[in-house]
Amino acid sequence: MMDGPPRPAPAAIPLDGLARLLPMHAVLSESGHVRAAGPTLRRICGDIDLVGRRFLDLFEVTRPRPAQSLSDLFAISDRKIMVRFRADPARQLRGHLVCLGPGEGAIVNLSFGISAAEAVRDHGLSHADFAPTDLTVELLYLTEVKAAVMGELKSLNQRLQSARRTAEAQALTDPLTGLSNRRAFDLALDRAVAGVARGATFSVLHLDLDRFKQVNDALGHGAGDVVLTEVARILRAQLRQNDVVARVGGDEFMAILTGATEIDTLAGISGRIIAALEQPIDYDGATCRISGSIGIARSVSYDRPDPRRLIEDADAALYHSKHMGRGRTTIDRPDRDAAA
Amino acid sequence: MREEGRLAMHGLINRSIQCFLRDTYGAALWTRVAAATDVSAEGFETMLTYAEALTDRVIDVAARELDRPREALLEDLGTYLASLEPLRRLLRFGGVDYIDFLHSLDELTERAHLAVPELDLPDIRLIPVGPDRYRLACAGRRGYGAVFAGILRAMADDYGALALIDAEEGAEAVGIELLQSRFAEGRRFDLALGSGR
Repeated sequence: MMDGPPRPAPAAIPLDGLARLLPMHAVLSESGHVRAAGPTLRRICGDIDLVGRRFLDLFEVTRPRPAQSLSDLFAISDRKIMVRFRADPARQLRGHLVCLGPGEGAIVNLSFGISAAEAVRDHGLSHADFAPTDLTVELLYLTEVKAAVMGELKSLNQRLQSARRTAEAQALTDPLTGLSNRRAFDLALDRAVAGVARGATFSVLHLDLDRFKQVNDALGHGAGDVVLTEVARILRAQLRQNDVVARVGGDEFMAILTGATEIDTLAGISGRIIAALEQPIDYDGATCRISGSIGIARSVSYDRPDPRRLIEDADAALYHSKHMGRGRTTIDRPDRDAAA
Repeated sequence: MREEGRLAMHGLINRSIQCFLRDTYGAALWTRVAAATDVSAEGFETMLTYAEALTDRVIDVAARELDRPREALLEDLGTYLASLEPLRRLLRFGGVDYIDFLHSLDELTERAHLAVPELDLPDIRLIPVGPDRYRLACAGRRGYGAVFAGILRAMADDYGALALIDAEEGAEAVGIELLQSRFAEGRRFDLALGSGR
C-alpha cells in the first residue's frame, strides 16, 4: 500500500501542442533523428522535410564545442549552444538542448539570437511565426525605435553645431564688410606673435581713411557704408588670402601680412592700396573721393615682438603718415627708423 | 512626483503638432501660430522638453486660427500621426490583428519609455465593456482621447478592421465598437524593414 494520493502520470505533451508552444523546436529521437519540428524552424530551413533526418546532418553544432557524434550532442545538454543550418540558407542559430531521459531522446529549441532582424527579413516572418512569450518582436521594435531616436539626436547635433559655427562667425566678423572684427584681429595677432618662435615673420598694417568724414557728412551714412564696403573689397584684392584683414573702428582697418617684411614689398603693397582707395567711388550719381594713410610695424624689427607694442608702433607710424600730409605710408615708427 | 513630471512636455509631441499643422494647413499657418505663442520660427526640437502650458496654447491658437473645435483638430492630429510611416510601423509592432493591437495599447506607455525614457504618455487602459465593445481610458490630460480616436480610426483601416470609434465628451476616453475584425485587406506590414518583396 502507498500513502497519500497516487502520483499523477507525467504530462505527455502532444507534438502539435509543442509545435505551437515552441515554433522553433525539434524533437530528437534517442538515435539523434528529428521526430518533429516546429513550423517556424521548418520555414527558415527552406521547408525541406526535416523529419527522419539526423539532426547533426542538418545542423553543424559549433559552440560550446563542435559535436561530431550523438554522445557529443547529448553531452551539451542544458547549455547555450550555437548551431548552423548546413544547407542554404545557412544561418547561425542559438539553441538550447534538453535530454528527456534514458531512451527518450531530446528536445532542441532554437532562436535567432540578436541577429533576428536579418532572419525575419530574409524569411518574411510575421508576428504569427513567434510565440507570444518570445521577445524577438520587441527586439525588432527596439532596433527600429533606436535608429529613429539616434537619427533625431544626430540631426539635433548637426543643427546645434551649425548654429554654433554661425554664432562664432558672427562673433568674429564685422557685419557690414564681412572682414574680421577687432576681437578676431587680436586673436590672429596673438597667433602670429606665437609663430615668431617657429621662425615666422609678419607685418601689422594700420590703415585710416582720409576724407571719410566728409563723405559721411555730405552724402549720409548710406554713402559711408558703400565706401567702407569698397575699401574692404580693395584690401581683400590687394592682400593675400591668408592675410588677416579686419575693420577695427569706424574707418580704421588693420591687417596682418604674413611673410611680408621687406621695406620694398611693403611699400609696393601699401602704394597699390592707396592708389586703389583714391579711385572715385560712385554713390547714387554722386562721386566719393577718399584716400588713406598707412602705418606699418614689422615683426623683424623686434627681438621679441609683443602684440601691444606692434599695434602701438603701427599706430605711431600711421600718425606720422597723417602728419606728413595724408595719402602716405610709414614703415616702422619714425623715431625708430626710416619712413617711406 | 507624478504631477511634477507633467509640467514638462516632450519636444517629440510638440514637434509632431508643429509638423501636423505645417503639413496639413501650410507653413503660413504654422508661422502665425508660432508668432502668437512666442515659439521660435524654426519651432520645437524633438529631443528637448518644454513647458506643458505651451502645448495647450499652440493647440488653442491653431484651433482659433482654423476656426475648428479643439477636439476635431486633435482627432485629425491622431490620424496624421498614424499616417507617418515610422509611427505606423511602431504601432503595428503592437499586434498581429486589430484586437491584438487594441490590447497592446496597455503597454504603449512602457513602449514609449523603452524608446525615449523621458517621453511621458498618459496612462492608457483598454477596458472591455461588452461583446466587441471597449473603452480606452486616457487618464491625466484633456485632449489625449481625441488624439487616440484619430489614431485608432486610422489603425483600424491599416489592419483592415471595421470599427466605430468615438471620442467621449471631454476627450479623455474613446469608445470602440468592433464590427468586423477582418473587413478588408489591411496594409502590408513587415516586421523587419527592407523586406518589401
